[in-house]
Amino acid sequence: MEKIGVYVCHCGTNIAGTVDVQEVAEWAAARLKHRGVVVGREYKFMCSSLGQELIEKDIKELGLTRVVVAACSPHLHENTFRTACKRAGLNPYLCELVSIREQVSWVHTDKDMATAKAMAVVSGGVERVLHHEALEPLKVSIHPDTLVVGGGIAGIQAALEIADAGYKVYLVEREPSIGGHMAQFDKTFPTLDCAACILTPKMVQAGTHPNIELLTWSEVEKVDGYVGNFSVTIRKKSRYVKTDLCTGCGICWEKCPKKVVDDVFEAGMGTRKAIYTPFAQAVPRYPVIDRANCTYYIKGTCKACEKFCPTSAIDFNQEDEIITVNVGNIVLATGYETFDAHRMAQYGYGRLPNVLTSIEFERMCNASGPTNGEILLRDGKSKPKAVGIVHCVGSRDKNYNEYCSVICCMQGLKFAHLVHERTGAEVYNFYIDMRTPFKGYEEFYQRVLEEGTHFIRGKVAEINDAPRTPEEQGKLIAQVEDTLVGVQMRIPLDMVILSVALEPRHDAKETAKRFGLSCSADGWFIEKHPKLDPVATMTEGILIAGCVQGPKDIPASVAQGAAAAARALGKIHAKEIALEPVRASVIEEKCSGCRICNGLCPFNAISFHEERMVTEINAALCQGCGTCVAACPAGAITGTGFSNEQIFAQIEGLLLLNVGEEPVPA
Amino acid sequence: MTVNGNKPKFAMYWAASCGGCEIAVLNIHEKILDVDANFDVVFWPVAMDAKYKDVEAMEDGSILLTLFNGGIRNDENEHIAKLLRRKSKILVAFGSCANEGCIPGLANLSDSREIVSTAFNTISTDNPKQIYPMISYDVPEGEIHIPKILPVLKTLDQVVDVDYYMPGCPPESHQIAAVIDLVVQVLQGKAELPPKGTVIGAGNSTVCDECKRARNIKMVKSFKRIWGVEVDPELCLLEQGIPCNGIATRSGCNARCPTAGAQCIGCYGPAEGVIDYGARLISAFASVIDSNDPEEIDRILDGIVDPTGQFYRFNLAGSLLKAGKPAWEKA
Repeated sequence: MEKIGVYVCHCGTNIAGTVDVQEVAEWAAARLKHRGVVVGREYKFMCSSLGQELIEKDIKELGLTRVVVAACSPHLHENTFRTACKRAGLNPYLCELVSIREQVSWVHTDKDMATAKAMAVVSGGVERVLHHEALEPLKVSIHPDTLVVGGGIAGIQAALEIADAGYKVYLVEREPSIGGHMAQFDKTFPTLDCAACILTPKMVQAGTHPNIELLTWSEVEKVDGYVGNFSVTIRKKSRYVKTDLCTGCGICWEKCPKKVVDDVFEAGMGTRKAIYTPFAQAVPRYPVIDRANCTYYIKGTCKACEKFCPTSAIDFNQEDEIITVNVGNIVLATGYETFDAHRMAQYGYGRLPNVLTSIEFERMCNASGPTNGEILLRDGKSKPKAVGIVHCVGSRDKNYNEYCSVICCMQGLKFAHLVHERTGAEVYNFYIDMRTPFKGYEEFYQRVLEEGTHFIRGKVAEINDAPRTPEEQGKLIAQVEDTLVGVQMRIPLDMVILSVALEPRHDAKETAKRFGLSCSADGWFIEKHPKLDPVATMTEGILIAGCVQGPKDIPASVAQGAAAAARALGKIHAKEIALEPVRASVIEEKCSGCRICNGLCPFNAISFHEERMVTEINAALCQGCGTCVAACPAGAITGTGFSNEQIFAQIEGLLLLNVGEEPVPA
Repeated sequence: MTVNGNKPKFAMYWAASCGGCEIAVLNIHEKILDVDANFDVVFWPVAMDAKYKDVEAMEDGSILLTLFNGGIRNDENEHIAKLLRRKSKILVAFGSCANEGCIPGLANLSDSREIVSTAFNTISTDNPKQIYPMISYDVPEGEIHIPKILPVLKTLDQVVDVDYYMPGCPPESHQIAAVIDLVVQVLQGKAELPPKGTVIGAGNSTVCDECKRARNIKMVKSFKRIWGVEVDPELCLLEQGIPCNGIATRSGCNARCPTAGAQCIGCYGPAEGVIDYGARLISAFASVIDSNDPEEIDRILDGIVDPTGQFYRFNLAGSLLKAGKPAWEKA
């Protein structure tokens, strides 16, 4: 017969405030005695070293063979108690942590009922632990190279940190140049340093670093493998330019006769040529040919770039190249897109020429942008006399995105400052709430307040061009309620800037699936723990950094890039990693080869053996999520640690089907 | 296993069932002669005249083998189940009804009053005087009884201890023949009985194991009823959107229905070790729906017009829930 110890944690008053922990411990010792419980104890903080010692002492002195700890969620302290068991010589997987905090004390108020439920939860744990097996963690080696996907500031930071530590990095970027959104900006809040001045040195560093292999104009097609041993297939899209010959002299794009509106880098505000680099400081400096717009590909003639190229680097027949790289860790920093302002027809974007999005305005402010940094109306000549900045366009709005896009308040303040500085116009910030946390932000807000910007607390109902008074003639009118004063206002403006929401990339869901991650309902990638593990994911070896995890500003993106790098470096240094032995496996005699499970594995661990007509699971790829275990109609897949026997035993325990008789009082 | 030089005794009984199991036994053709050659048939209401009191008079454990088909629907079924359990060395739950309730078990969705009312007082019933059956009635000769309906139909092992399980609606004749062969060999000392509780006369995998249809990764965009489609003769039916239960159903029938182009409806019950057949099927079907859009998923699921009939046609009484709430509350 197994000897089980039951330990009930007070968690200060977190649990003990709602659950009679002493009663639970005594109940377990008495009523579950016939199931093998030999000791039931309670302690103020089981996770403290004294609490852990209590368990260790009992394992050694009472010869416990199983341990049930009733405390917080396994996410928090499963490892703590497993390690305690291990120290005392008990296989760590013979310990079961049941939650009476998140699942009991925090969600109930009635002490008697909560205590009864805690008993049921403990009974479930006892029944379950009886079916536990002693397991050994799986050890795998870590490949020292790292893949960073996304060449924005977060990705660049992560790549540089790892490369500087002496390890190889593949930096993949979908666009022709690294730099990301930050390269589009003019000034950065709150210090107003020029984005290019602080970003381009980092870009150059990444471009020339001996440990960084830049793969721009490239996309990840497939990810196989698992932590430490990923095999990644990357498509290097053809640039139609031989990068070994190209010197980036720029003659080709100078001579190219075809102008194209640049919807990506210039956000539609400027043009580029059909052969181009997105901007002057692009890294790498090699251009790409935009095949859809190139005259040669459309009409079969032109070839101006080829004729003028001094190094004969143009190759119209170049094909996409597929390469495979092996890496141990992957950092995803694929960033964000901005909200399509057309969706809020009430703001007139696309219909009223002087309604701009924040990204368009960034380009306009940028000294190397379409207006050379001058703030002008769409006529290209006149300066605005009144500018409105509308916050939360597509954010904090139940119709679009409920979340806050984080950067808009500070961005709005920055814009207000730039408009003041460059035009002297009246500036109106239409905000719902001003949010200026973090270093130097509130001070910047005060500065802009002092500059005389008008702040109107209210969500703009409409931007229209229908004047009611002579002063409104020829103006854009913002209809808004100033909720601090409680009056409706009509404010005539020359230019309106919509602070558009940050949204997940349109293909974020496919990217998540490709890398075996999950997205929140909004589409942001989900971190392992929102507070304590913000750059790791539930897939070991895949880290996230920057806006892919949720809207954030540059300092936070850089911090996450560095944090992700540190996590990757930690693994690289350790050389090998112990994986949770919770894995699914197929009982081959029961598998009929129906292939129900074949398309389900988020980690690509399932394959079908055509000859034997059975499904197989690669234990190293499997993350133990249990999707296939649940789906298998034949019950032919079992999950270590989550077998049907364990789950049903736990249910029977929860239903108190195995509880012994009330002991007769002595 | 010789019994004092006499032939060992054999019994077969039908409780709440349709009689198909008896037909299936007769359908083993000349093998039935082996039964006669090796056994003394002492009780088999469909084949020979016998009285319950004769069985009651037998010595306990004197019948070697009893094949019990049908579910436990009324107190007569229950009485005979307990009686035969006492009198038999080996009691086999024979056929889907005895194993898992089968079609009669679907009545567990309703309470017994609704069942009786449906039988005696619906628009298709000519019963102007509203005559209902009575459990007992006084006639000049004395009081007469009919069996009392129980609140829910139970499977045989929910009422008595069962030695072996033989699934199928009805069990396939070749499987019955194989089991008879096995018992004969055991009698002759050439083989041993499997451990108690074993499912006999069936495979350990699922119908797909015996199905020859080609299969791929399954992505189902709609569920269709069989009469609404032209069935591809080569391809897995489920992949064609036909809700085939073969994926979850125990093998043993040689995949008869899917081979003939009709979906498996699950008469061989759950695969080895599966506790709830319908729940397994539901999660498997849900897993192959090729959509992430909740509204589209709802539309696809609307293709399963009768979920209980689809997922629990044979297994309702034997499932984890066993019955609908109104019936269960009276049980």
